[in-house]
Amino acid sequence: MKPLTIIASALPEAPVSEAAAPQGNGLTEMLAGWLPESVPFWGLTLMASGLAFGVIMAFVSVVAMFSTWLERKVAGHIQIRLGPMRVGGWHGWAQAIADGVKLLIKEDIILASADRPLFKLAPALVLGTAISTFVVLPFAPGVMIADVHLGIFFVIAISSVTTIGVIMAGWGSNNKWSVYGAMREAAQVASYEIPLGLSLMPPVIYYGSFSLLEATQAQSGWFGMHWYILDPSVMLVSVPSFVLFFVATLAETKRAPFDLPESESELVAGFHTEYSGIRFSFFFMEEYAAMFVMSAIATVLWFGGWNFLGLAALEGIPVLYTTACMLVFIVKSMLLVFVMMWVRWTLPRLRIDQVMILGYKYLTPLCLIVVFAASLLEYLRFVLSN
Amino acid sequence: MAALLSFILFAGLSIGCALLCLFHRSVVISAFSLLGTLLGVAGLFLMLGADFLAMTQVLIYAGGILVLILFGLMLTPGDPGEMQPLRIFGGLAIVGGGAVLFLMKMAGVAEWGSVEVENLPAPQPTVDEIGLELLRRDSYLLPFELASVILLAALVGAVFIARRRFEYVDEGGKA
Repeated sequence: MKPLTIIASALPEAPVSEAAAPQGNGLTEMLAGWLPESVPFWGLTLMASGLAFGVIMAFVSVVAMFSTWLERKVAGHIQIRLGPMRVGGWHGWAQAIADGVKLLIKEDIILASADRPLFKLAPALVLGTAISTFVVLPFAPGVMIADVHLGIFFVIAISSVTTIGVIMAGWGSNNKWSVYGAMREAAQVASYEIPLGLSLMPPVIYYGSFSLLEATQAQSGWFGMHWYILDPSVMLVSVPSFVLFFVATLAETKRAPFDLPESESELVAGFHTEYSGIRFSFFFMEEYAAMFVMSAIATVLWFGGWNFLGLAALEGIPVLYTTACMLVFIVKSMLLVFVMMWVRWTLPRLRIDQVMILGYKYLTPLCLIVVFAASLLEYLRFVLSN
Repeated sequence: MAALLSFILFAGLSIGCALLCLFHRSVVISAFSLLGTLLGVAGLFLMLGADFLAMTQVLIYAGGILVLILFGLMLTPGDPGEMQPLRIFGGLAIVGGGAVLFLMKMAGVAEWGSVEVENLPAPQPTVDEIGLELLRRDSYLLPFELASVILLAALVGAVFIARRRFEYVDEGGKA
């Protein structure tokens, strides 16, 4: 099955000339089969983009709702409480839906003293960048919106724009707590982008590619267990690089112990102090979407993506195989999200100087060492295999 | 048509935001509107087949340099929202830039209007070639390494300027 390519078809793979047949991919071809032939290619591309947006948005909403419920349950059980138990019956499963409805019908307050355009644009920018990173995630064979050649780089680049949205929210709120939160975010994210990018280099060196699809396919050996982190010949590099990536991810997604931009005991709620109702829930969804995307990247690069022991045996039954692959991918990612929650409710928050010292004095040099070791190891593997 | 629409979108975004950046009275909004310009230019790079350049543009300029500009603005004393830059400078910048481009076209240095948006070649992955070019001995290896040495020197210089000077604050035994 071919991945459903939208970005590529929307931008440069457009028809070379009017005479040549339009070269769409996946989703556009599927739409072309359903719609009359009079619909032009750019119309199909637009519709495909809209469809992809709808699917991602629905997925992000479900992930965010499930994650809020999970977060509260994890927090409860770690603190020897039960967490939400009432709404919906079984362990309060409908709590997140109730919260969502509550946020939808709450009053949307825009301060008279706020910078209105910035205040309104910020939540959209933050959520927009978070959901556009979902475009490159390979959920299952054929279930992928775009196989971007520079997939990993794309995710890192786009998610760095989220910072601008957070600064915009902090500045637009016209509130000193918000501005403090925004400044902490700017300092923290700009610092941790370096270890984040560097810790992704060992897997990239190992696969020889930035593409998430190629990374997944490279790990399909050993009956689906040839994961990068399980490969004994590179374990010396893969395990440390994953730990470094995970720490940098916590800082990049503003999760405790790095949640200084919104540290509620000092800054009320940091950059989203002044937001209410649906605009606040945009920031909330962004946090869980970013957690899921970063966990999904870790899943693809270190934990074999959709590959799992014996899963290839199902390949004869396409529907079952695709569903099982998606399930494996989502469960693996959610397990990493669970670990992030576990860390949040276990460790206390760092001070801003400790955050900076950890980033610059420990993580960055360690990342450089790991990248060097990874290059050396890859060279040795190359020499030995020839 | 899809390519033309994308071109109009990206070019409009970058030019519109650049004009906003030049003429808006609030410095902070000017800085934020740079985001649109940078993203629009990244989109144009993508259309021209330079995928690595586009991603680097977003990562370095939008995610790094723009954040530092905003950080600097927030540390600036006074209310930057009330500063009134002279709008004549914005107009002069546009006229001057246009004049330079026109002269370049006249002198044959720059060329435009010769490529149809619809006839752009299909993009090829560029990151492998860039990597090989940067690290090949008979290519850009020396400039690449020299640039890294200069950046290292700049980094050391920045640390030297920013570090605490103990000789001035050593009165009470502690810094």
